[in-house]
Amino acid sequence: MFKQASRLLSRSVAAASSKSVTTRAFSSEVPSTIDSTFVESWKKVAPNMDPPQTPSAFMKPRPSTPSSIPTKLTVNFVLPYASELTGKEVDMVIIPATTGQMGVLPGHVPTIAELKPGIMSVHEGTDVKKYFLSSGFALLHANSVADIIAIEAVPLEHIDPSQVQKGLAEFQQKLTSATTDLEKAEAQIGVEVHSAINAALSG
Amino acid sequence: MALTAAVPFWRAAGMTYITYSNICANLVRNCLKEPHRAESLAREKVHFSLSKWADGKAQKPVLRSDAPEV
Repeated sequence: MFKQASRLLSRSVAAASSKSVTTRAFSSEVPSTIDSTFVESWKKVAPNMDPPQTPSAFMKPRPSTPSSIPTKLTVNFVLPYASELTGKEVDMVIIPATTGQMGVLPGHVPTIAELKPGIMSVHEGTDVKKYFLSSGFALLHANSVADIIAIEAVPLEHIDPSQVQKGLAEFQQKLTSATTDLEKAEAQIGVEVHSAINAALSG
Repeated sequence: MALTAAVPFWRAAGMTYITYSNICANLVRNCLKEPHRAESLAREKVHFSLSKWADGKAQKPVLRSDAPEV
């Protein structure tokens, strides 16, 4: 009788505290990460204790991926001091990834792309809006939402070409006269950023 | 077996991503036309006061500020 009691007790305790495990029917695409053989062997060894929970048991369900590809891409473009675009529906964005200019259409494969200094263009019908990004990341999700984050993003009209030329010359000179690795790296960054702005202004 | 994976040049020189990113942002800000340049450089200003604690008491605070001294 006592053996039954402890079994019933542990069963009800397990059901109550592992709510996140039993109510996971609503999470749309997360596969069940509960390893049933582990849970069974745990219960044999320690029937009065709940099996340990894994981090995925505490995760909120991911937003569902629609079965048909949506017609528009939802873009969230944020900077540390402002939200440039929040949930804007566009046809395409072209982002300056480190691997080259990447075009993102609705239904793009989920990707995390590191961005290099370059131009991002947002295409909505016939409108194209361009920004020069200093660097950042682009997170493309399965449900056609793109989160683009950068530290500085400026429209091309705000850039002063003479300052860019001056900066480029200065950093090229610093690159030749640099001694330590760190100075060389900083000069190299300077040359890359200014060359990218130059290319953006002329291209 | 590549013991040194292909790292960007700045990481090989000992710089972290956030330092790299902040340098890039600073360079872009310096290349802007006048009213935008002043506004954006104002964003880089830092003002904080740091005090270490010892024996339950705060030691002399260290103040780092780009704001002009009052």
